[in-house]
Amino acid sequence: MSFLKSKFRHPKLPRNDLGLTQQAYEGPLSTLCAGCGHDAIGASIIQACHELSIPPHRIAKLSGIGCSSKAPTYFLDKAHGFNSVHGRMPSIVTGANMANRDLVYIGMSGDGDTSAIGMGQFAHVVRRRLNMLYLVANNGVYGLTKGQTSATADEGSLSKQGQANPLEGIDLVTMAIQLGATFVARSFSGDKRELLPLIKAGLSHNGFAFIDIVSPCVTFNNHAGSTKSYDYVRDHVTTGAVTDFVPVEEEIIVSSSDSEAQDICLHDGSILRLQKTGNEYDPQDRQQALAAIEQSRQQDRILTGLLYVDPAAQDLHEVLGTTDKPLNSLGERALCPGSDVLEVINDSFR
Amino acid sequence: MSKLESVNEFVIRFANVNGTGSASANLMFAKSIFRMGIPVAPRNEFPSNIQGMPTWYEVRVSEKGYLGRRGGGADIVVAMNSQSIARDMQSLLPGGYFLYDSTKPLPPELIRSDVNLIGIPISEICLREYTDPRQRQLFKNVIYVGALSALLDIDFGVLKRMIKDQFKGKEKLIVPNIYALELGHQYASTHFSCPLPIRVQSSDKTAGKLMIDGNSATGLGAVYGGASVCGWYPITPSTSVVENFMKYAERLRIDPASGKKNFASVQAEDELAAIGVAIGGAWNGARSFTATSGPGISLMTEFLGLAYFAELPIVLINVQRAGPSTGMPTRTQQPDLLACAYASHGDTKQVMLFPADPKECFDLTAASFDLAERIQTPIILMSDLELGMNDHLSEPMEWDDLRSYDRGKVLDAEQLDQMEKFGRYLDRDGDGICYRTYPGTHPEKGAFFTRGTSRDHYAIYTELGDIYVDNVDRLNRKFETAATLLPKAVIEQCKPKKASKLGLLYFGTTTSAAQEARDQLAEQGIDVDLCRVRAFPFGQEVRDFIDSHDSVYVAEQNRDGQMRTLLINELDAPGQKLVSVLHYDGLPITARCISERIEQDQGDSAKPNLKVAN
Repeated sequence: MSFLKSKFRHPKLPRNDLGLTQQAYEGPLSTLCAGCGHDAIGASIIQACHELSIPPHRIAKLSGIGCSSKAPTYFLDKAHGFNSVHGRMPSIVTGANMANRDLVYIGMSGDGDTSAIGMGQFAHVVRRRLNMLYLVANNGVYGLTKGQTSATADEGSLSKQGQANPLEGIDLVTMAIQLGATFVARSFSGDKRELLPLIKAGLSHNGFAFIDIVSPCVTFNNHAGSTKSYDYVRDHVTTGAVTDFVPVEEEIIVSSSDSEAQDICLHDGSILRLQKTGNEYDPQDRQQALAAIEQSRQQDRILTGLLYVDPAAQDLHEVLGTTDKPLNSLGERALCPGSDVLEVINDSFR
Repeated sequence: MSKLESVNEFVIRFANVNGTGSASANLMFAKSIFRMGIPVAPRNEFPSNIQGMPTWYEVRVSEKGYLGRRGGGADIVVAMNSQSIARDMQSLLPGGYFLYDSTKPLPPELIRSDVNLIGIPISEICLREYTDPRQRQLFKNVIYVGALSALLDIDFGVLKRMIKDQFKGKEKLIVPNIYALELGHQYASTHFSCPLPIRVQSSDKTAGKLMIDGNSATGLGAVYGGASVCGWYPITPSTSVVENFMKYAERLRIDPASGKKNFASVQAEDELAAIGVAIGGAWNGARSFTATSGPGISLMTEFLGLAYFAELPIVLINVQRAGPSTGMPTRTQQPDLLACAYASHGDTKQVMLFPADPKECFDLTAASFDLAERIQTPIILMSDLELGMNDHLSEPMEWDDLRSYDRGKVLDAEQLDQMEKFGRYLDRDGDGICYRTYPGTHPEKGAFFTRGTSRDHYAIYTELGDIYVDNVDRLNRKFETAATLLPKAVIEQCKPKKASKLGLLYFGTTTSAAQEARDQLAEQGIDVDLCRVRAFPFGQEVRDFIDSHDSVYVAEQNRDGQMRTLLINELDAPGQKLVSVLHYDGLPITARCISERIEQDQGDSAKPNLKVAN
């Protein structure tokens, strides 16, 4: 096992529109377990941000507590990060986003951090339609405290000690749709081909984008009988609409084979292209999305892909009517009404 | 029968049913006295209820300017609530005046022979004059104010102007309200000898001053102090801080070009999230705050630890109420000192400020944002229900247009360019306060990971013991720096050059009572110097005050003497020298509570000595 990350990169690594290679988006060597799904998610985030040419320092990455919440340390080194309090990332990212609407916000959480201690905050950041990408690295188990079952573990799933989980698992994508999220997807950390365009689309979406990523825990929840193991997930994934992400700059050429595709135009002009697979539904229809998720669940299948999107919804800044300039850039002139106004206010109390 | 006599020194107590519109009529009464130039202190005693429960409104009128709660009985009672009438009769001093609705006779067993009854058939008048049931109810209140104007000789012109001001924009309500005032005035002046021996007389003691509640001033302080992000959750008695912040910001913080708001106020799902919003905003470089009360403080405690350790400049307004748990949610106390001073697990210490009046609510709230960003730590403004929700006579609020915000040690892109290496937790100036950057400042430099876990000078995670110790010791150094930056205690010595033997130390809403107690004691020949603490950690002047007095009474509104504990703990002050004077029944402390305790201690034998010393 190495403890230092090599600085060497191929000299001809592709450069994005900012002239940056992917290296500019990386972080230090991960201390997560070898093979942890979370590192694969991190790699997809790095690639997505690079390919979208987002200046790395214009990203803010926030997390709560847990293995998933440690993960942001290992990507986007040039971005400010905030590893906050267990289950409370949503409120912090809300305040941060209110202070500066111009940054790109990535919230990284886990199933304990989101579905248990942070359930209240999760529900309300969804409702609030905060403009952010919220990722849950979902492995059904508490890693840092060594293997306790979490609230997203499926009923009947076996723990490493062989005990069946007696309780219903919380389905975060269903909740997110019901609570008003405007971009909801599910994916698998082992399927980068699917995850990458979803992360890009989520980053481009205006409003609350949520991706529940099944991300197996190689140490505590990757055994036979667990419904969050690599083998189980691979065997039970039903890929919904296959998504391509077409950034705003790229010319869209409609080829004849694309007649089977449905294009959804996002707020910034980029396109989500859904390839038809035969068992899809209209992902802009909330009711159909919920029905499809439930139907898969009943068949012991894990429906992945883009599940629901409402590209036209307003985000919290639009709801509150806040100014276009980042609030943290306002000075005394914009913030302080001055002494003359205060004198008038004084008079109203006489 | 004896009749209390007084001009401009009395207490009148209104007993009402909550939800009947009495509050605005009672305020009109108090404010008309204020507009006659007479110092006045109204206090609302209200239940945690929307409609139907007893509520009281006590007004102390004092030309001498003693505006703390007087305590004891009232000189005049306006009894408008049959549920509480027996108790209200008992709350009257002998020789006092009992104004009641005589539409129905008073139950004979309630009648006291040592008080003066003033029966006005208010319901009957309303029944005769109005047909709408709502009006019949509302105008009862205006009628008794009209009657009081005759009985107490309140300037009727002032009252009429009050009505006109109150109903600006709803002009058609002016005439009926003035008519109701006249009904009361007429009845009183034709049936009783007006004015009573107890009455008001115009004065000049309120010129230039305001009648304002602390929470309005606090909300305005946040607007003037540049707060642009607010997270909040409703809780009595703090809610009106945020309501006022928003009310004024909606008017004064609108971008002229776009009509959009130069602030964001997020109603959170609970207090955990409310302070989280403030922390996120502060982390990202916007002046951010939240407001709450006792139970909210408990919920915010984990985040207060994070903000302390991660060094984030939030402002937290704590409008205190009686606890523990939901305690008495509509009653006042100063019970959260220890909970706030050491809020959170681990070695934490928080900065607190103690405003004593609305002007100071405004000043200290605005200053909190400078202090938070200068010290990079939470600043907790410790108001309370008495200050926050009652109107107080106050000096006007002032703002110096040349004043600029102190944003503290923040590096911009240019400054980062000039540095070899940025270290978020490098104490370059030796004051414990390090340089920070906002997210998104520079493409290459200045990014770091904010965390609640230990880190080295360059914000890299570490669990090495010596680095942890170095960091928490630096935070202590920062706390010592804070003590030099905070508002100093206000000290009033009886004799300018020489300290008296006795000192009285207090803070916040104990101030009026303490000053009145000092004067009461002086009349007994007991000199007491005053020390009003305005901040925690304590400045050197607080230590000096304790050192220079033989005995220091510490007056506070909680059961456990929390300020005294802080003085002993933080200043190593000798416990036997610090004598607690405690008041915690949910009503504001009185001067008598303090002066009687000190008089008792000093005893008759001590007095001659003190007199000789004089």
